[in-house]
Amino acid sequence: MIKHLLSMDQLDADAITTILDTAESLRQVTDRPIKKLPTLRGRTVCNLFYEASTRTRISFELAAKRLSADVINFSADSKSSVAKGESFKDTAWTLEAMGVDAIVVRHGSSGAPHQLSRWVKASVINAGDGSHEHPTQALLDLFSIRERFKDLEGLKVAIVGDVLHSRVARSNVKGLATMGAHVTLVGPPTLIPKEAESWGASIEYELDPLLADIDVCYLLRVQQERQSEQLFPSLREYAALWGLDDRRMQLMRPDALVMHPGPMNRGVEISANVSESARSIILDQVSNGLAVRMSLLYLMLGGHSEEGQALEELAV
Amino acid sequence: MRPAGRRAEPPGEFVVKARVMEPDDVRRALTRIAHEIVEHNKGTDDLVIVGIRTRGAPLADRIAAAIASFEGVDLPSGALDVTLYRDDVALKGPRRLEATTVPADIDGRVVIVVDDVLFTGRTIRAAFDALLDMGRPRAIRLAVLVDRGHREFPIRADHVGKNLPTAADEIVKVHVEELDGEDAVLIGEYR
Repeated sequence: MIKHLLSMDQLDADAITTILDTAESLRQVTDRPIKKLPTLRGRTVCNLFYEASTRTRISFELAAKRLSADVINFSADSKSSVAKGESFKDTAWTLEAMGVDAIVVRHGSSGAPHQLSRWVKASVINAGDGSHEHPTQALLDLFSIRERFKDLEGLKVAIVGDVLHSRVARSNVKGLATMGAHVTLVGPPTLIPKEAESWGASIEYELDPLLADIDVCYLLRVQQERQSEQLFPSLREYAALWGLDDRRMQLMRPDALVMHPGPMNRGVEISANVSESARSIILDQVSNGLAVRMSLLYLMLGGHSEEGQALEELAV
Repeated sequence: MRPAGRRAEPPGEFVVKARVMEPDDVRRALTRIAHEIVEHNKGTDDLVIVGIRTRGAPLADRIAAAIASFEGVDLPSGALDVTLYRDDVALKGPRRLEATTVPADIDGRVVIVVDDVLFTGRTIRAAFDALLDMGRPRAIRLAVLVDRGHREFPIRADHVGKNLPTAADEIVKVHVEELDGEDAVLIGEYR
């Protein structure tokens, strides 16, 4: 541990705690008039995004800038060299030749960040790969939950919705399990993968019976682009069976939290009322994302070391 | 592997060559510094006491408590972690961060920075930058328990507990009761 952050599998409980504790110290900076630290002066971070993103890319960009690193944003869209047919590998080597220290990569193919990490000397941070993982999302979610409940051990978390296509769900199940929380995956049978039991989570197909017992109800985005695959009959039916509305929210304990990684489909997996209710910490998740990404960039790029052993040493 | 920085923990055991301050010496030095601060400032107006993590922080608390006991004024005080402002982050890699609890408003105040040992001056340089990102103090002054010499920057202390001539390769360790179980200043080396 760790030069690259590719999967939550790489992080044990001590490493996660170090990242979250460091994020807590760094969050103080965002409350003051001068929100910048000189720590990563002269380092360059490249955001290499092959998929659409608003909050993750902006969050990484701001996190790097707050630590005084230089930031390059590369979106593989119609204006880039990718539109001219440049391969992933050639793009990676081009960035390497320009001397970037870290590449934050989002890609539609699972495993792309792993592949990238074998081509370049820079640190690679996975910002979402296909339906595989989104580790920084899981870390900011762990941070947000810990902020409210102080300790993650023994908490009961329901992750609701399209688990099949969700990299957020995979990373969160791993992270929560590592920290000793109990995860239940809930959703239509077609959207819960068969192998999910082997992740250490339990599986349910009905939401209502669980609600009174959980500490966190984590709603996944219904990926409307998947509608063509006919995995559930209609958005209305999905909302009726698994959407969190006022009635269902009343079944939850008063201190239980509602979370969502964004972007939300209001009226589908979450009602507008619920998303704006006092127990929704959706906007906290966004602001905490900044602190958690600053923490990661500091811990991964703070030293010059080739092996990136800093996190390992800190975790001991 | 990264190159060993000057204060990276070298292999081997710390061997004490001399104890240069005992608990009573530390207490007297801090009491005198507290009086000096108030005298120099002509009172306690606008004073803020800030200790540099790790061992400057408890020393700052004690100076603030001493001033409270003889002036009857509770001064705003806090602790500052300068890790993110150090000039050796790239050289030595990240360290665990501790909370920074500097009082919210330092604009126009006189900030007394407290540290255990003044050596190269690099920590103090980092503290200046950290404080200036938080506001614009009217003045920053420096109080240290031990000044061991070997400055690398043009920095001097306003209030010094003990001037301690040392060789550059000697190690000066300050122990404080809050963290180490006793107050003491030790000179030694790693063997």
